[in-house]
Formats: sequence, structure tokens, C-alpha cells
Amino acid sequence: MSGPAEKIRRLIKKKYPAGFVTDIEVDAVPPGLDEDIIRLISAKKNEPRFMLEWRLKAYRHWLTMHEPTWAQVQYDPIDYQDIVYYSAPAGQEARPKSLAEVDPRLLKTYEKLGIPLREQELLAGVAVDAVFDSVSIATTFKDKLSELGIIFCPFSEAVQAHPELVQKYLGTVVPYTDNFFATLNSAVFSDGSFVYVPPGVRCPMELSTYFRINAAKTGQFERTLIIAEEGAYVSYLEGCTAPMRDENQLHAAVVELIALKDSEIKYSTVQNWYPGDEEGRGGIYNFVTKRGACRGDHAKISWTQVETGSAITWKYPSCILEGDNSVGEFYSVALTNNYQQADTGTKMIHIGRNTRSTILSKGISAGHGQNSYRGLVKVLKGAMGARNYTRCDSLLLGDKCGAHTFPHIDVHNPTATVEHEATTSKIGDEQLFYCRQRGLSAEDAVSMIVNGFCKQVFNELPMEFAVEAQRLLSVSLEGAIG
Amino acid sequence: MIGTEIQNGYYQDYRRFENTLPGRKVPWLARLRSEAMERFMAHGFPSSHEEGWKYIDQPPVKRRRFQLAQAECPVSEDDLMPYLPDDHARWRVVLVNGRFAPLLSRLEGLPAGVTVASLATTLEHEPAMLEPYLGRYAGINGHGFGALNTAFMNDGAYIRLGPGAIVREPVHLVYVASGARDSVAHVRNLVVADENSQGTLVETYLSLDEESYFTNVITEVISAQNAHLVHYKLEQESARALHMAGIHIHQGRDSHYTACNVASGGQWVRNDLNVVLDAEGGNCTLNGLYFTAAHQQVEHHTRIDHRAGHGTSRQLYKGVMDDHSRGIFSGRLVVHPNAQKSDARQTNNNLLLSEDAEAISKPQLEIYADDVKCAHGSTVGYLDEEALFYLRSRAIDEDHARSLLVYAFASDILQQITLMPVRANLERRLANRFLKGCAIGGLK
Repeated sequence: MSGPAEKIRRLIKKKYPAGFVTDIEVDAVPPGLDEDIIRLISAKKNEPRFMLEWRLKAYRHWLTMHEPTWAQVQYDPIDYQDIVYYSAPAGQEARPKSLAEVDPRLLKTYEKLGIPLREQELLAGVAVDAVFDSVSIATTFKDKLSELGIIFCPFSEAVQAHPELVQKYLGTVVPYTDNFFATLNSAVFSDGSFVYVPPGVRCPMELSTYFRINAAKTGQFERTLIIAEEGAYVSYLEGCTAPMRDENQLHAAVVELIALKDSEIKYSTVQNWYPGDEEGRGGIYNFVTKRGACRGDHAKISWTQVETGSAITWKYPSCILEGDNSVGEFYSVALTNNYQQADTGTKMIHIGRNTRSTILSKGISAGHGQNSYRGLVKVLKGAMGARNYTRCDSLLLGDKCGAHTFPHIDVHNPTATVEHEATTSKIGDEQLFYCRQRGLSAEDAVSMIVNGFCKQVFNELPMEFAVEAQRLLSVSLEGAIG
Repeated sequence: MIGTEIQNGYYQDYRRFENTLPGRKVPWLARLRSEAMERFMAHGFPSSHEEGWKYIDQPPVKRRRFQLAQAECPVSEDDLMPYLPDDHARWRVVLVNGRFAPLLSRLEGLPAGVTVASLATTLEHEPAMLEPYLGRYAGINGHGFGALNTAFMNDGAYIRLGPGAIVREPVHLVYVASGARDSVAHVRNLVVADENSQGTLVETYLSLDEESYFTNVITEVISAQNAHLVHYKLEQESARALHMAGIHIHQGRDSHYTACNVASGGQWVRNDLNVVLDAEGGNCTLNGLYFTAAHQQVEHHTRIDHRAGHGTSRQLYKGVMDDHSRGIFSGRLVVHPNAQKSDARQTNNNLLLSEDAEAISKPQLEIYADDVKCAHGSTVGYLDEEALFYLRSRAIDEDHARSLLVYAFASDILQQITLMPVRANLERRLANRFLKGCAIGGLK
């Protein structure tokens, strides 16, 4: 096995491809957190009074909270006074009206990341909101979408242009008192995407946001709010990358989804924050709160996530199934390599009658990675005929990694049916032997088996993303095989 | 020391009774007890914020101050017999309110190398026999109940199967509570199975009246190389009884341990099972059945540590909850680094029979080795409509069809019971409970 082993060693050396830094002047606030910083952020964004008050309420509440310790992850304490809470490329105060006005260095950055904003504008397909550190720098296809009444814009713009919608829905799914990181986000959040789909409209293209952390010592705190009115449909994607740095950076986002009667929201994530190097130095702490509420009957929310990056992932996209016959879905692939740690899963809260939920979680651990699934399925008393199916599979590649499963089932209604199944195993020697015998190299064989293992989840992703996810998975796995 | 009023009450009890406890002059034992008391004073009972304790808003035992159970033995053989319809065992140990009752026990003719005795007597006369084991496996670092038990450790059963000893018939341990109102019995058992030994234990917990009292029991089981133990625990106490059991099992190479916990009585019953597979080839099977009604709450918390390779563990827990009752299963399976070729399976199935019943299930896997086979499954649901239809189409009315299906669900666990008198007794209890007025297949 000396041949393949050598090849593998070379592959291990392969660097995180999105790890470059864009050299650009920034307009940032000093590090640290107090009420003045919050007022400053709010003033920079020229926010209405209600937003500032909401932020301050959240901040005061945050001071009374403690950082959670229950997750199966370990990290050095975070110094919240050492983080820069706002950083924006300079000269963006007046937001550019079109792509032509955007700093070419920024466009270049996105091109290098494989998101050529200009081309995407021409080749109809995906509308992109590009968020660079704390601000959104460009949003494509806005005009075309607004013809249909769809609002797709940066959060800060929505606060200006549609304060009534923001005020009506902000914090109704994830209140500012929710948890330590969500509360911090509520106090300091900078930008994010805002989507509003009016009644009966089917959004004709995929909406997508691309998050990029660039500045050092900066935390990214974005907030996304998606509202699908009665009978609406929207599919939303997000992608994330960050430069390679030795220190850890905090990313604490909040995503709120609101699906009204007969509507459907499909939310897909390909998360590829910088995972740290092979010694476990650096990387992003990804502490994210994502939650959706099916407010009306027959509403549907579907989460799909491919988590390959971040030093630590702490994330539980959840569904609150309030409307009768509403549906919640969660499809996840989480991969941990080197010293990455992931504690991820979902919560499905069944409140309405005949609500249904499906959870499919695939965890892959390699190197020294630790991968946990943590989930809650709760059926409340009135949820007659509720149905849940959960399947969690873990694949272990190597003898230093760990895979853990912590489901929690809490049923208060006798007509509910809840099933949970989980398995943990490694790639079988017979499977490998079979592939090797047919002329596949060890890496190709493992890559193929892992892709097969994740296929059910990839099938849920929009086409372009599925291809991207597969590629990402094999890149992230490189060096783990042997 | 500063503690709550209730903690201080127990501390005063401890100071008062310290000098009457068996083996008080033995230094290691005195140290074990006083350390446990310190631990209890420092940490108290677990709070409902702690994981694993959050399902009782106010643990009934925490708010109440129980007096230590009294030593006199008011129970006669005639009192006991109606509660032991299956008094089959050749060897029987009876403990009344936590104290060994020699007149009710039968211990003649034990095979050579086998000891079955009162723990208090052994602590008093042969403490050296217990030193290598007692308190070593339960530890005092667990929750307050364990520490309290160790501090007040007094009586219980001491069973030793010597090397190669094979006990073909079961040893029956009967724990009786009588006139135990507002009292607590800290029962302590120690079972040591030496190399190549084999034996079967049956524990039955009974109440002779409807009083409310608290049983706080700790059982340590040490199983050496190639020992085979089968351990039944049948909880049949009164509807007002409170029961907390900590069972700590330590398994040596190629040893086999099979447990079957059946809980049907009690107001609050909690069984904590901790198994450590400490050497290669350990094999453990934990089965459990709980059927609850009224406002009962039954909890099973298991933890299995695969510390060495080639270990096998199997768990199957089934619950049937009616009325306002609540069934909780929390199973944690830890495969440590280097415990390669571990094979573990964990299953929890629950059936809810009423709108107000609750099932909570938390099967957990924590795996740090790669060459393992681990799986778990958990379900909560109601009777299968198709199965009901099948029975209805064969002219069985709806009530009977439902009863039959519930009985069938629960009887899965019974099939695993190899000790016939225990199985027959449980079948009868289940039939009485679920097949009311249903005369099918001779089961009535």
C-alpha cells in the first residue's frame, strides 16, 4: 500500500481552496461590545428607532445569559470583547446601484470563489445576494423579481424600504431571548438577506446568498428572514467561505423562515467556512440558530444542509409545525476531518394535526473529527396523527474520530407515530475490495462509497449545488483515506 | 456543613446512627461512609436542570424528609405468601424494610463455594471479604442518591459465587415493605461472581400495604472471567411507593450478564443501570418492560461502556403507558477508543394507550472507535390499524383485538425470559392487566 499511501500524503497537503484574503480598505468599528457599539452599528445602517430598541433589549438580555456547554464540542473560551462586530469594505456607504459600480476587487473575489456575479446575471438561473463581512455588496436580478412582487434584498435595505414587514415578522420565530448566540446576533447583526414572496407566487429562480468573511478578528453576524405568503414557493441557497487564519473567528447567524398556508420554503446550505488546518489551528466557529415556522395549514419547510467546513459547527435547523397537515423536512450531510467538530441536528415540534416530519442525517468522521447528531422530535398533545421518521447514519473513516447520536423523542399524543433509527459503521473491507478489484483506486473507491452514502441528501439539493456539494465532499475528504 | 433543611436532617440522622451501623470500627468502611456523606452534603440531590433528571419537575423524594426504616420485623410467612404466588425458589432471601429477615429466608444446602448472606452480618464479621469490591464500582461520584445509600449502607444481600461454582437453581431475593410509612430503606447488595461461575438471581420488590415510602437501593455486580449471570428485577410495589435503584455491573473477560427489569408498580420508579465491559469479549443483554397507569412515572437510564474490544451488548426496552403515566428511557452507549469490533444494539419501543400518557425516549450512541457495529432504534406509537383490522376480520371484537395486540407487544420481552416460573408469573400479570375478560388461547 506504499503507492496509495504516498498519494494520500500528498493530498493531505492540499490547501483549502477558498482560503485567500482580499486586500481591501475597510470601514470597521473598534473591537469590543457595549451599548455604544450597538448604537454605532445601528447608526451606520441608518436604522429606524424600533430596530435600535430591539437591539438594545437583546443586548441587555444577553448580559444575563451564559454560554451553553451541553454540546459535544470543545473550544477555548471566546473573548467577546476582542471581536470586531462590524466591518465593511470602504466606500460602500452609498450602496452601488448596479454591478458596474461595485468595486472590481470584490467582484474578483467572488469570481475566484466560483461565483461570477456578472455571468450569473446574464445566464439566467440564480439570483445572488453577495454578503462580504458585515454588508451586502450586490444583489442580482432584483428588478426581474420585483416585477412579480418578490422582495429579495439585503436585510439592511429591507429595514429601510419595508419596515412594516420587518417589524411584523422579525423575532417571531427566533425571539431575541432564544439562546446565547441568537441573542448576541439580535444585538449586533449586520446584514443578511430578506425574502418576501407574495401570495400565490412561485419564485421562478433559485435565490441565493453567498457569505464571505474577509477581515481578520471580525465576527460575522448575519440575519436572514424569509416569508412565504399563502400559496407561495421559494427555494433559497446559501454558501459560505472564509480565508485561512490561525485564530478562530466567530460566525453567529440567525435564520427565520415563515411559511403561511399552502406555501413552501426550501432552504439549502452548503457550508464551507475555513475548517482550520490539519493541526486544528484556526477555523470558524459556526454557531447558528435556524428555525422555521409552518404557520398555516399544508405549509412545508425543507432544510437541506451540507456541512463540510468550520472548526466547530453548532447548528440545529428546526421546524415548528403549527398548521394542520404541515410538513417539516431535514436532510443533512455533515463531514468532519482533521480536528473539526460538529454538533448538529434538528428539532421538529409537532403542534398541528396530521403534521409530518422526515429527518435524514448522514455523518462522516475522519481524522480526529468528532461528529454528533442531536435531535428532538416533540409531539404535543393536540397533534393528532402526527408522523415522524428519523434516520441517522454515521460513517467512520479512521480510528481516531468519533460519531455520536443523541436523539430525543418526547411524545404526548397516542395517535402519533414516531420512529428513529441509527447506525454507525465503517466502510466495509469487502466493499472496498470489490471496488479495488474492478480497477478503482483506494481514494476513488472511498469517494464513491461516501457519495453513495450521502446520495439521498444530495438528491434534495438543487442541481448546481448537488454537483458542488459532491465535489466539495471529495475535496474535504482528501487526506482522510488510507 | 451547609445544606438544605432536608440535607441537614439526613446529616443529623447520620451522626445519630453512625455508631450503630455494621462494621463501624472498620477504617476503610468508616472512611467510605463519611466521604459519601460529605459528597451528599456538598452536592445534595440532583436538580431538575441536570440532564437525565429534568423530567420530574419536583422529584417527589427531594422535597420529603424520610425517616430511616426501623429494624423490627413485623412480617410472618403467612403475611408474605399471598404476594408470592410463584414461591418456587429453593433459596430465598427476605429483607423486610431493608433488613435481613432470617426466619423468612431459606438458605440451606447451598453448593460448595457459594455464599448467600446478609450484608450487615458480613460487614460485621468478615469485612475483609468485601473490601476489594464494596463501593469500588458504584463509586460515590454519581448523584446524591448513591452517596446517601453508601453513607447509610447497612443491610442487603451479599452473594458470592466462588471460582467454578455453578448454581443451577435461582436465588430469590424478596424485598418487602410493611408499615414503612414515610421511611427510607437504603438497601445495598453485592454480587461477586468469580471465574467460570454461573448463577441466576431474581429480585422481587413488594409492598404489603398501600403506604408511601422510599426504597433507595444500590447493587454492585462484579463478574470475573467467563462468569455467567442472569439477573431479574421485578418491581411490584404499591402505587404510592418511590423506588430508586442503581445497578452497577463490572464485567471481566468473556463474561455474560443478562438483565431483565420489569416495572409495573410504584409511583416513581427509576432504574439506573451502568455496565462496564472492561475486558475483551464481554457480553451483556439488558431487557426491560414497563407498563404504567394512573400517574405513575417509570424511568430506565442505562449506560454501557465498551472499554475493550470484541464486546457485545444488546438492549431491548418496551413500554406501555396508560392514563396520565409517563415512561422514560434513556440509554447511552459509549464505545471507547480501541474497543474495536464492538457490536452494540439498542432498541426502545413505546405504546401509548391514552391521550394523557407520555413517552420520552433518548437512545444515544457515543462512538470513538471505527471498526464497530452499532445501531439503535426507537419508536413511539399506537396500535397498528392493519393488525387490528386483521383481528377484526376474524370476528374478534374491537376491545379484545386491542387487548390482544397490547399483550402481544409486551410479551416480546417475556419470550426472552428463560426462567419458567418467572415467565409464567409475568404472563399471568400481563394477561390480568391487558386481557380483561378475554379468553383466547387459554390465557385468562
